[in-house]
Amino acid sequence: MSLDATYTKEIPLVEGGVSFKDIDQVIIEPTNTKPTKGWWIAFLMSLTALTIGGVSLGLTIYYGIGMWGNNQPVGWAFGIINFVFWIGIGHAGTLISAILYLFRQKWRTGIARFAEAMTIFAVMTAGIFPIVHTGRPWLAGYLLPLPNMNGVWVNFYSPLLWDVFAVSTYFTISFLFWGIGLIPDLATMRDRTTSKIKKTIYSVLSLGWTNSNRNWSNYERAYLILAGISTPLVLSVHSIVSFDFAVSVIPGWHTTIFPPYFVAGAIFSGFGMVSTILIIVRKIFNLQHIITINHLETMNKILLATGMMVGYAYGMEFFIAWYSGNTFEQFVFINRAFGPYAWSYWIMVSCNVIFPQLFWFKKIRRSIPITMVLVLLVNVGMWFERFVIIVTSLHRDFLPSSWAMFTPTLTDLGLLLGSFGFFFTFLLLFLKTLPLVSISEVKAVMEGAQPTVHPHPHSNGKHNSH
Amino acid sequence: MIKNLINKIKEFDTAEDKERRSSKLYGKAALYNTPNQITEAAAVVAGSGYKKFDVYTPYPLHGMDTAMGMGAPKIGYVSFILGITGTSLALLMMIWMSTIDYPNIIGGKPFFGLPAGIPITFESTVLLCGIATVLGLLVLFSKMPKLNSPLNDTDFMKHVTSDKYGLVIEADDEKYIESDVLKLFADTKAYEVQDIYFRESNLTTKTPLFDKKFTGAIIGTAILTAVVSYFTLNYVLYDVVPFDWMRQQGRIDSQSKSDFFPNKSGMREPVTGTVARGFMPYEYAGMPDSAVKLLANPVPVTKKSLERGQDRYNIYCSPCHGYFGDGDGRMRDQFPKPPSLHTEKAKNWKDGNFFHVMTNGQNVMPSYAEQVSKDDRWAIVNYIRALQRAKDAGETDLEKAK
Ligand code: HEC
Repeated sequence: MSLDATYTKEIPLVEGGVSFKDIDQVIIEPTNTKPTKGWWIAFLMSLTALTIGGVSLGLTIYYGIGMWGNNQPVGWAFGIINFVFWIGIGHAGTLISAILYLFRQKWRTGIARFAEAMTIFAVMTAGIFPIVHTGRPWLAGYLLPLPNMNGVWVNFYSPLLWDVFAVSTYFTISFLFWGIGLIPDLATMRDRTTSKIKKTIYSVLSLGWTNSNRNWSNYERAYLILAGISTPLVLSVHSIVSFDFAVSVIPGWHTTIFPPYFVAGAIFSGFGMVSTILIIVRKIFNLQHIITINHLETMNKILLATGMMVGYAYGMEFFIAWYSGNTFEQFVFINRAFGPYAWSYWIMVSCNVIFPQLFWFKKIRRSIPITMVLVLLVNVGMWFERFVIIVTSLHRDFLPSSWAMFTPTLTDLGLLLGSFGFFFTFLLLFLKTLPLVSISEVKAVMEGAQPTVHPHPHSNGKHNSH
Repeated sequence: MIKNLINKIKEFDTAEDKERRSSKLYGKAALYNTPNQITEAAAVVAGSGYKKFDVYTPYPLHGMDTAMGMGAPKIGYVSFILGITGTSLALLMMIWMSTIDYPNIIGGKPFFGLPAGIPITFESTVLLCGIATVLGLLVLFSKMPKLNSPLNDTDFMKHVTSDKYGLVIEADDEKYIESDVLKLFADTKAYEVQDIYFRESNLTTKTPLFDKKFTGAIIGTAILTAVVSYFTLNYVLYDVVPFDWMRQQGRIDSQSKSDFFPNKSGMREPVTGTVARGFMPYEYAGMPDSAVKLLANPVPVTKKSLERGQDRYNIYCSPCHGYFGDGDGRMRDQFPKPPSLHTEKAKNWKDGNFFHVMTNGQNVMPSYAEQVSKDDRWAIVNYIRALQRAKDAGETDLEKAK
């Protein structure tokens, strides 16, 4: 709950005396109007990036992983960096929709729907990379325990297999969570629209939802259960992603701090992405009343907190490298900070730990341009964090004769660009077709929305509780 | 043409969409302005003994369940049971696959290890629990899809999905009497009352799920899909990747041809100068004299070493030299006949000579250094000595042995 500057009065979550009707109007508006010029420009840019990504993907699938800069000993590079980066982006959505829901943080309603959509698109983007990285993506089905001609099953000891289960479960549950949240809103849109085609579509998608309280009752409980299972789920997903590294014996990867470190980083990067996009979206779609500056400020506080957790992890890694007395571990970390990839390490540290310290100042937290710059830096910093973890740990391994540097190829860069194109294409389509703020949830937290009387069943006249 | 089409679509899009309603009353609907009014009204309706009524609000109202006298929502049971099912299915699957169906030793660990099984067990629990919760909510508890509910497409519904709070008492409630209901609505400050009639289709068709044709069609489609996919997968797409159950594997077998490499050989040759681990080059290659002078037999003559020598000799030498060194092995007529090992020359040879022939090869006889280890070669020499001695045994030899 956000408080005002004197910390005495709760700030209204929706600003400026808006009525329920206004809310319907404002939120549904973007889906009814023709896209603006800005939207088209953004869409064309995304499509271009997507096309470049598509070509790079085609090349990779046709010629194989040799199109990438991966080498010996840097066997994992952009593919895995992008995978971890995008999965991490997704985590903010679940944090906002599930964890903040459990903590009864009402301010989440303004941004939850959008963040959940972001989760879904980010997980979709992330999913492409490991599948292509297998080299023969058309056999991706065999990542699951499917019967095959060799009779052998998948290796249940492998974190990569756990990943398959974690990511697919994560996608499914996020999608369901998002989907049932949309149902009441689609019902509202169904009853607002004048177009018969749209009405048919909304009717079908809303499955004939009637806003009946007998349904709401189960709906709210179902929502709570989904939030309850999504919370450990989201923590498990990035923990398992971190196992991909931590379960190996590579110095720099083989540490127990990885799961919490990865989860904090994921939330940090996800919030960075949510803020980046929201700042633009609320402006374009005139949602400043619903996604208020208070929302942005609260998110900045979370960024500050998670940024420091990540910073703690960076420090702790160095401490353990020294404290363990393991020379290989020590070498890796000194090589990270002062070796040939030191520049990436210091980009990471400054974007993720140093710059976000500015959020200690309320003025900066509430200044949109500065926030924009800082969150963009967070996005950059978190991409480089994965670069640092993966590439610097691998490029100088146990055998100095096989040390090598990693240089991305054009295909690598094309895929990275393409992943942004893929993500933003979906996001832009979402913004124009579905309500990007949950109508029913926002109404429920507005002033005067909840009854102040709580009667039990009684017959009128005999004993009236008034 | 295209313009026509667009016009047609536009016409369709803006056409009035009013399904005809029957004259049978579904219920009476009242609209309220504030959350307090509706909560009070719900409490009164429930208290007056009505059973078939429901409250319609743009968002869930706190305390409405108590006001309506409803019990706690039951969806949690569905989630719990299916969640537990997910847990057990995942565990059973992993245990069956990795200990019963195809046990495989991985990293010297037990066939199935619980710690490594936890992530998948957890994810499966969440997956099944989540799917069950959503399906339970939609299908079991909300009886969706209900596109043709009499309430949909009414003016009443347009209000309760936006900013008003509604209450509907169904006409087939036992206590339904029109005047009572109207009075009740008026008493509870309803600002508008509407009649809601069934759709014509509501009277003829029941829930599609129980409609014979509909269920039949669904089951029919399911069976058809199953049969078609079975035959497609197993006969039509039998050897089409990726539906071939991994029968085809894009690997290069040893000795096979490959167009990928310039020299068309599937096998890669080691870089020039590569030395295998543990390999020691033979110092006296082509120099029998130095070998004889410098090599001494390190393997003592014991029963064990003689048995080892016999074993190796029978495997590697007997095909050509025969079991007793007479040069009458099983390869005769297929390979140049080797000389007997009982010639004067061979008898006078030093151990080093034999070792050198085995290691270096001699004329048509190839080197056996690859197949027979160094110590074994010396053991063979000992055994050959034993053969030579046995061939030439004197009458007193047995006595001496005693
Ligand atoms: C493929 C058949 C073949 C096998 C197997 C074979 N040899 Fe020979 N070996 C020959 C032939 C043929 C010669 C005669 C070579 C020549 O022309 O000098 C020969 C020659 C020899 C000689 C020299 C005899 C002499 O009088 O010059 C010795 C000693 C000998 N082999 C020992 C062995 C031993 C010990 C083995 C088992 C490790 C063995 N050979 C396995 C075919 C074979």
